[in-house]
Amino acid sequence: MIAFGWRQFRGQATIGIAGLVVVAVVLAVTGPHLVSVYDTAIAACRASGGTGSACNNPVTSTFNALQTAVPILVLVVPVLIGMFWGAPLIAHELETGTFRLAWTQSVSRLRWLLVKLGLVGLASMVVAGGLSLMVTWWASPIDKVSQNRFSPSLFALHGFVPAGYAVFAFALGATAGLVIRRTLPAMAVTLVGFIAVRFGVTYWVRPHYMSPATTTLPLSNAAAGFSYTGAAGSPGVASINTQQPDLPNAWVTGTSIVDKAGQAPTSAYIKQACPSLISGGPPPAGAVVHARGGGGIFGGKSAVAQVAPGVQNSLTRCFSTLGAKYHEVVTYQPADRFWTFQTMETALFVVLALALAGGCAWWVRHRIS
Amino acid sequence: MIEFHLDSRSGVSPYLQIVQQVRQAMRLGLLHQGDQLPTVKEVVAQLAINPNTVLKAYRELEHEGLASARPGVGTFVTGSLGAESLAAHGPLRQALQRWITKARRAGLDDESIEALFRDSFRSAGEEDIA
Amino acid sequence: MSPVLSARGLGKRYGRRWALHECDLHVPAGHVVGLVGPNGAGKTTLLHLAVGLLTPTAGRIEVLGNPPSDDPAQLARVGFVAQDTPTYSRLTVGDHLALGAHMNPHWDGAMAQRRIEDLDLDPKQRAGTLSGGQRAQLALTLAVAKRPEFLILDEPVASLDPLARREFLQDLMEVVAEHGVSVLLSSHLVADLERVCDYLVVLVASRVQVAGEVEELLGTHRRLTGPRHDIDALPRDQYVIEESHTDRQSTLLVRCDGPVLDPSWTVEPLGLEDLVLAYMEQAGGGTRRRRSSNARSNVAKLDVAQ
Repeated sequence: MIAFGWRQFRGQATIGIAGLVVVAVVLAVTGPHLVSVYDTAIAACRASGGTGSACNNPVTSTFNALQTAVPILVLVVPVLIGMFWGAPLIAHELETGTFRLAWTQSVSRLRWLLVKLGLVGLASMVVAGGLSLMVTWWASPIDKVSQNRFSPSLFALHGFVPAGYAVFAFALGATAGLVIRRTLPAMAVTLVGFIAVRFGVTYWVRPHYMSPATTTLPLSNAAAGFSYTGAAGSPGVASINTQQPDLPNAWVTGTSIVDKAGQAPTSAYIKQACPSLISGGPPPAGAVVHARGGGGIFGGKSAVAQVAPGVQNSLTRCFSTLGAKYHEVVTYQPADRFWTFQTMETALFVVLALALAGGCAWWVRHRIS
Repeated sequence: MIEFHLDSRSGVSPYLQIVQQVRQAMRLGLLHQGDQLPTVKEVVAQLAINPNTVLKAYRELEHEGLASARPGVGTFVTGSLGAESLAAHGPLRQALQRWITKARRAGLDDESIEALFRDSFRSAGEEDIA
Repeated sequence: MSPVLSARGLGKRYGRRWALHECDLHVPAGHVVGLVGPNGAGKTTLLHLAVGLLTPTAGRIEVLGNPPSDDPAQLARVGFVAQDTPTYSRLTVGDHLALGAHMNPHWDGAMAQRRIEDLDLDPKQRAGTLSGGQRAQLALTLAVAKRPEFLILDEPVASLDPLARREFLQDLMEVVAEHGVSVLLSSHLVADLERVCDYLVVLVASRVQVAGEVEELLGTHRRLTGPRHDIDALPRDQYVIEESHTDRQSTLLVRCDGPVLDPSWTVEPLGLEDLVLAYMEQAGGGTRRRRSSNARSNVAKLDVAQ
């Protein structure tokens, strides 16, 4: 049965392997150049004492097309596997009637199902996992600059977690195909279901894998920002924007400004503490936010700061008043938990895939007619 | 080796057609004593009929003493229907031919001649029984 | 010898419709059994129940002494060719033979190879490019090389041209002669079945109308023609299946266990096709208005248990 399973899967496997080889070649050819660009820039930066233009490492803009395409590939391969390897796996046989040939040989339906699921499921993990590990290796110079790999947008594109996504998408596709019995609707269901689950896990489950750590930062106007907004004629709302902490490769899940009791400052309190900033009604033209992060998908430092000189002194006085009572609390997952989280998320998706496989096994034995 | 054919519209059951064809072949000298009849497999592969039909026909031939089955080898012709006997009845044949000529001259067409013959043949047979 | 297929009260329902209802059958082994009936009568349902692709809603069915199941040992004893002979269109003929070899413990590779050569099939040709007749032959090869005790074929020749049909039946009969397999094949054409079947099951409107050895059926059914008769005056052992009357003449299709003694009847044998048609019409399978103005006579459901 295993041998026959391979014959059926042959064509799709060839496409998968070929694609992987093509990507591997492209990455192998361009990878060393990225490394050399990075190393050169680091050396030049050190030589210039940390102030030269090279310290904005140009590696983040090398091979721009690839830097856009490759992450998209890693993002998309799992769901494509689900739609093109998973959905037709059983649906195609049900649609064309070949299941009447397959189920009347001397192999039980369960064995037939488990071999097909196991074979292609394994292949899914190998293809997606191989791809993402290759890409992680290739992008390591870029990661060293942007130091952002634990963020929700990048976590899914690094390490081996795409293998988990792929096997889950595959199992989802196979289940949809089995239940719906038609390939195209099953593909649509797989796409929608996969996106929903990934979204849900990223924002509602992943933060809870381990209890986050916390750290506190004093308020400082060099990093935080003041904002005063409101429509003309109505009393404005004053608030303080938090600053991004300097935690490279960590995943910051929340920042807040609180006092010792955990209370946030009210708009009234801020107005009363910083009268010079709100006198004159409308927001002073110079108050801006000092931002950190953003840029391309792989991240990059960019700073925007324009403060008019007169406003600068008011800001400093205001913040030293506020800073006596308030401080910033940052909740985050430390950088050294990255691989633990990868393992846990992969395990979660693998468990989901196994549960779906179990559902398929039950369905094929009891529900087909 | 002889070949069988099947007339699905003759009203005669298939196994009987096979028996008749064997008898006919023996009469015409196409089958001699000791000749092997086609195997069941060969017959059904050619005619697309049920093997049991062929088995039944061969059993009937055995019953009539015209053939006998040798297990593992095949079915062989054992009896004879006297191809010579037809030749020995030369006078009968000539008498018959003369009758046919007479009937034609009397104005009967082929169908009427056949019908007349059949009718007489049947009633003669009934008289024999009675 | 135990029956190759036996069913008691077998039924399959979809929603409110019974695709098969109150089916009682005892099909003996060592026969080529024809399952005949109009489209939609339930033939495919019965066959799918026999191979375990469906489970019964009511009653029981046993094939080779066991209920059809997923058990590999049971699956190995029954060969099946589904309607429209499904094959993997992107796989080659050789791939299909590999399917058979890998998925069947008693696979006879030499026989399969020989058949493919005799049929002039190219092992490297994709099944999707084969003609209908070639696909049917390939499917038959797969089912037969499995060396089953019982072969079930669902309308195997329905979409074949006359030559392909004849060749398929020749091959099938050769296999039966050589290996002694019992066969159950369904068709909505009686002419196909007449040559090859020695046991017949007539299925109309989801019920079995008549079942029995072909010889027995032909021997006991008669066409009676004669002057206008009153059916109620017929002897007890004559069951009327179909009747038609003009003002002067009556024509009856009857099943009788003994000889017809009434000299006013002309008695003729009934061909298998006419016999089947009579049962089909009686079961309401026909759409033409009947000429008879008499009430239907009492017709027993005929089930010749062997």
